[in-house]
Amino acid sequence: MSFAQKHAWTIGLFALLLVLLGITKIIQPTFGLTGLESLARAALPFAFATAAMAVVVIAGGIDLSVASIMAVCAVTAAVLMQSMGAVPAVAITLLIGLGMGMINGALIVVTRVPDIVVTLAMLFVWEGTALLVLNAPGGTVHDWLEDSIAGTLLFWVPKALIVMTIAIALVWIPLKRSKLGLSIYAVGSDELAAFRSGVPVGWTKVAAYGVCGLFCAMGGLSLIMLTGIGEPVPGPYLLASVAAVVLGGVVLGGGIGGLLGPIIAVFILRIIRTILTLAAVDPNVTTIVEGTIMVAVVMFGAFLVMRRNKA
Amino acid sequence: MRLALAQWAGVAFPAQQTEPTFMTDHALLDATGVAKSFGAVKALTDASLHVGRGQVVALMGANGAGKSTFVKILTGALKPDTGHVLIQGTPARVGSPAQARASGLVPVYQEPSLIPDLDVADNLRLGDTPADDFLHWVDELGIKNLHLADMIKDLPLATLRILDLARALASKPDVLLLDEMTAALPTDLVDRVLRVVRAQADEGRGVIYISHRFTEISELCDSATVLRDGRTVGDLKIEPGVEEKVVELMLGAKIDLGHRDTSHAKAATKASPRLSAINLAAAPKLLDVSFDLYPGEVLGVVALEGQGQDELFNVLSGFTKPSGGTLHVDGNPKAFGHPADAIAAGLTFVPGDRAEALLSERSVRENIALPFSARMRSWGPLKLRRERERVGLAIDRLQIDTRAQGEVRRLSGGNQQKVTIGRWLATGVETLLLFDPTRGIDVRTKRQIYPLVRELADQGAAILYYTSELEEVPLACDRALVIFNGRVVDLIDAADADEQTLMRAAYGLTADEAGDNAA
Amino acid sequence: MSVSDQVHPTPEDHIPALVRVGRFLGDNPVIPLIFLLCCLVGVLEIMRPGIISPFWFANTLKFAIPLAMLAACQMLTMLTAGIDLSAAVVATVSAFVVASITPLYGPFAGVVIALGAAVLVGLVNGFGVGVARVHPLIMTLGTGLIATGCLQVYQRFVINTGSEIPAFLEWLGTGRTAGLPNGLFLFVPFAAIILLGLRYTGFGRLLFAIGSNEHATKLSGVRSWQVFLALYALVGLIAGITGLLYVGMIRAPSLSLANPLLLPSAAAAVIGGTSIFGGRGSYAGAIVGALILTVLGTLLTLLQMPQGARVALFGLIILGVTALYVRLTDSR
Repeated sequence: MSFAQKHAWTIGLFALLLVLLGITKIIQPTFGLTGLESLARAALPFAFATAAMAVVVIAGGIDLSVASIMAVCAVTAAVLMQSMGAVPAVAITLLIGLGMGMINGALIVVTRVPDIVVTLAMLFVWEGTALLVLNAPGGTVHDWLEDSIAGTLLFWVPKALIVMTIAIALVWIPLKRSKLGLSIYAVGSDELAAFRSGVPVGWTKVAAYGVCGLFCAMGGLSLIMLTGIGEPVPGPYLLASVAAVVLGGVVLGGGIGGLLGPIIAVFILRIIRTILTLAAVDPNVTTIVEGTIMVAVVMFGAFLVMRRNKA
Repeated sequence: MRLALAQWAGVAFPAQQTEPTFMTDHALLDATGVAKSFGAVKALTDASLHVGRGQVVALMGANGAGKSTFVKILTGALKPDTGHVLIQGTPARVGSPAQARASGLVPVYQEPSLIPDLDVADNLRLGDTPADDFLHWVDELGIKNLHLADMIKDLPLATLRILDLARALASKPDVLLLDEMTAALPTDLVDRVLRVVRAQADEGRGVIYISHRFTEISELCDSATVLRDGRTVGDLKIEPGVEEKVVELMLGAKIDLGHRDTSHAKAATKASPRLSAINLAAAPKLLDVSFDLYPGEVLGVVALEGQGQDELFNVLSGFTKPSGGTLHVDGNPKAFGHPADAIAAGLTFVPGDRAEALLSERSVRENIALPFSARMRSWGPLKLRRERERVGLAIDRLQIDTRAQGEVRRLSGGNQQKVTIGRWLATGVETLLLFDPTRGIDVRTKRQIYPLVRELADQGAAILYYTSELEEVPLACDRALVIFNGRVVDLIDAADADEQTLMRAAYGLTADEAGDNAA
Repeated sequence: MSVSDQVHPTPEDHIPALVRVGRFLGDNPVIPLIFLLCCLVGVLEIMRPGIISPFWFANTLKFAIPLAMLAACQMLTMLTAGIDLSAAVVATVSAFVVASITPLYGPFAGVVIALGAAVLVGLVNGFGVGVARVHPLIMTLGTGLIATGCLQVYQRFVINTGSEIPAFLEWLGTGRTAGLPNGLFLFVPFAAIILLGLRYTGFGRLLFAIGSNEHATKLSGVRSWQVFLALYALVGLIAGITGLLYVGMIRAPSLSLANPLLLPSAAAAVIGGTSIFGGRGSYAGAIVGALILTVLGTLLTLLQMPQGARVALFGLIILGVTALYVRLTDSR
C-alpha cells in the first residue's frame, strides 16, 4: 500500500483544514497571523486532551476523566508555582498526571469493571481532588511560561503550535517506535491475539492510561499558560476529544489510527468555531452547532464500528 | 459421551488398557494426570499426553471431550488443578502463553493469533521473531509475494494460517502444537504443510497435531492419543485400519439414554414441507445446503465442529442474512431481517449456548414469559393469569425444578436448558430449531428432552435438531442430515443411523474424497 | 416475581446459612439500606443531639424527593445497561422554560412546552442509543451539552420578559400539609407508577430483559431500538417533571439549577442496588438511596467536609459498589 493510500484519511483531513482556512480568509480578509496565532493557542488544551484520549482509544479503551485530570494538573501546577520554580513544578505536574492515568488503568485491570464505568467514577474523584487542591480559581504562573505560547516564531509560525508539536512528538514518536507502542496497538486491535502473541495485556493497558495521564498533564499546564490562573472546574474537553479522535480516524474499539489525524481534527473543529464567530453567529448558537457536529461525528463513528463488527 | 454425564451417573469409564506404543527416554513433552474443573463442571479429569523426539502425535476426541481445555493448559493459558506438564523433563513455566513459548512449546491456534491492524513486520517484532527465518519458512510453505509491509487484515485466511505457522517455526520450538492446521487451506498448501511438519519431526522436534481429518493423520502422524470425557482413553499407533479403533475409543462405553423403536420413524414423504432450504449459503463456512423439513418430523443435523451448522441455524433464525440460496416457509419464499421476522413466520430458535438465551439475573417465570412482551402492542399491563397458566403448563410439562427460586443462574444446567425450551412451549411451537439442546446437561434431563421433542413433533411441529452427541440421533430424529465442509454429504434414515455410520459420515469418510479435497 | 405458587417450596439442601442470608439480602437490598439509613440518622443525633425532629424529618423528605425522581431516570436507564447524564440538564431546561413561558402564555402552556422540550431531548437520546448505537454515556453527555447551549441561546430571547413560577408548583415545592411536604402528592403516585410499572407491565419486563441479556431478547423477537426510544423519551419526561418540582422548591430559575443533582442521582441508584451493567435493580432501593444521600449530605455539612471531598466521595461510592458487584457475580 502506498503512503498516500495508507494515510488517505489524514491527507483528506489536512485538505479540509486548508479549505476551511481559505473560507475563513474569504469571510474575513483581515484574518492573518494574529488569527492563526489565537487559533493555535485556543486549540492547545483541546489538542492535548485529544492526544490523551487517542492513546487509550487506540488501546481499545476510553477515558472519560481526561478533563478532570487536566483540572487537577492545572491547579496543582498553579499552586506549586507559588512556592517553586517553573521547571520543578512542571516536572512534578507531569509525574502526577502520569500517576493519575496509571491509577485509572490499574483500577480497570484489577477490578475488571469496564473502562467506561471506572473512568466515569474517576471523573468525579479527580474533579473532587481538583477542588480539594484549590477550591476557587487561583495560584500563579511564571511569566515566561505564559510567553512561551504567545506570539510567533520564525516569522509566522505560532509558538503555541511549536510547543504542542514538540511536547506531543517527544512522547509519541519514541513510544510508537518502541515495543510498548506496538503492544498498545496490538491490545486494541485484538486482545486475545495479543495475549497469545505474548503481550502483557494488563501492563500495556496501565501504560496506555499512564501516557493518557501524561498528555492530560500537558493539557492542564497549557490551560494555566493560557489563563495565568488555576481553575479547578473541568472544561468542556471530554466530548470534544472523543469527537476529534473519531473524526481523526481512530476507530472506537481500538487498534487503528495515530495522533496526527486527531490533532488535525482538533484544528478543524476549532476553525469551524472561528468561522461561525466571524460570520457573526451568536456565540451560544456556535456552541450548539459545535455540540451537534460532535454528537453527529460520534454517532457516525459508532455506526462505522457497527458495520465493522457485522462484517 | 460427555463428562457431565459420567459425573451424574457416577460411572467411571474404564480407561482402555492400551499399552503406550512407544515411549522414548527423552520425552519432549510429558503431561500426566492433568485435571481441571470450572466450578462444578469437570472439564478434565485425567488427561495425559506424551510426545517424544521426532514424533508427530495426533490428539483426538469428540466434541466436548475436553480437547480445548487440554490445549489451553498445555499452552499455559490455564493452570491445571492437578497433574503436571513437563517439557524436556523440567516443569513447564506456565502462566501465560509467553512463558509456555519460552519453555519451548509453540502453539498455532485455529484462529490466527496475528494482530489484524498491524503489518507483518510489526507482528514479527511483537513476538521477537527473526524476520529472515520467518521469510524462509513462508517461502518453504508455498506463499509467494508476501511483503513485510502487508497489513494482516488484508490477507486471506489461508495465508494467515500459514504465516502463523511460519512464525511458530521461526522461533525454533521444541514442541509444535497445531490446532486444525489444515482447515481452510487449499489442497496444494495442505501438502506443503504436511511435508514441512514431517520434516520438523524428522529433525528431532515433537509435534502435537489436532485434526478431524483421518487422511492427514494417517499420512503424517506416528501415534494418536484419544481423549474422552476429560481423560485420556488410549494411545494408538497409526497403522492401516486404525480409524475404526479411534472412532470406537472416541465413542466409548455407552450410558443408557433410553430406547426408541425407530421402525416407527416417519417416512419423509409428506405432501408439503413446512420449511425448505434450497442451496442455502452463508459464506465462508456454509456453502450449499438444501433440505425439506416436514410437519411432524424431527430432522437431525450431524456435523463436526465448524462445518457450517452454526451459520445454518443463524440464517434460519434470522440473525444473519444468507449469502445465497432461498428459504421457503409453507411454500412461500421468506427473507428474515431480524429474529422477530423468523418468529412471525413460526421459526423459533433455541441456541446451544444457554448463556445466549437466558436472562440469568431474572426469574424462571420472566424467562419463560419473555416472548409474550416482545411486541410493542404487548408493552402494557401483563395478562398475569394467562401468563401464569402458560408458564405453569410449560414448567409442568418440562418438569423444571424451580426450588432454587429467584435468579435463573442458580438453576442447574439441565433446568436452565429446559427454561430456554419452555419459553417456546409457552408460546406454541410451529417450527423449532434446536441447536445442541443437550450440550453439557445431565442424563436425566436428556431422557426427558427426547420424548418431549418426539411429542412436539407428533403434535404437528417441525423440528430441526442439531446435536453433537451422535447416539441421540436415533433416539430423537426421523432422518439425519450430515454436513461436512459446508455441504450436505449424506441423508440417513433414523433406522440406519447408528453411531459408527454417523461418525464415519461426519468425518467425510463415507462421502467420496471429493468432499475432503474441496476444503 | 417468583414461581412459588407453582411448587411447594422445599428447603435448599446444600446451601450454607450464611450464603442464604447473603442471597436474601442481595435479593432485597432495601433491608440493609434501611438499616444503614437508620445508622446514619443515629450518628447525626449523636453529633448534634436534638437535631432529629418532625421538622427535620419533613425537610429531609422534601429535599430527597427531587433526588429520588432523578434517581428514577438513572435507575431505569441503568436497567438496560445505560445511564442518563443529560437528566439534570433536562430538569434545568424544563424548570427554566416553565418559569419564562408562564408570564407570557400562562402556566398551562409553560408546563406543556417545558415537558415537550424534555421529551424531545429524550427522543434524541433514544435515537442515538437505540438506532445509532452510541454508548449511552457519550450520547447523553452530548445531548446534555447541546441542551445547555440551547438554553443559553433561549435565555437571551426571554431575558427581558422576567420569570414567574406557577403558583401550584410553588405550593407543590414548598408547601406542607399536616407537617409533610406537598411534594409527596406528586411523588407517591409517581413512585407507585414506577414500582408497579416495572413489575406488572410488558415494558417493565423488557427493561430488565434487555439489560440482562440483549441477545436473548433479540432471540425472542424484541426489536430493542423501540424499547430504547420509548425508555429515553420516558426518562426525559421524568427529568422534566423533576425540573418543574425543583423550580417550585428553589423558586429561582437559573441556567444550572438542577445540575448539582446529577452525580447524587447516579450514586443513589447504584447504592440502591441497581447494577450499572443492567438487568438488576429496584426503585425502592433507589428511593432509600436518595434518602441516605440526603442524610449523608447533612452529615458532611456538619463535618464541614469541603465540596471537593464530597464529589470525590460520591465517585468512590459508585466505583466501590460496582467493583463489589463485579466481585460478587464473578465468584458465584
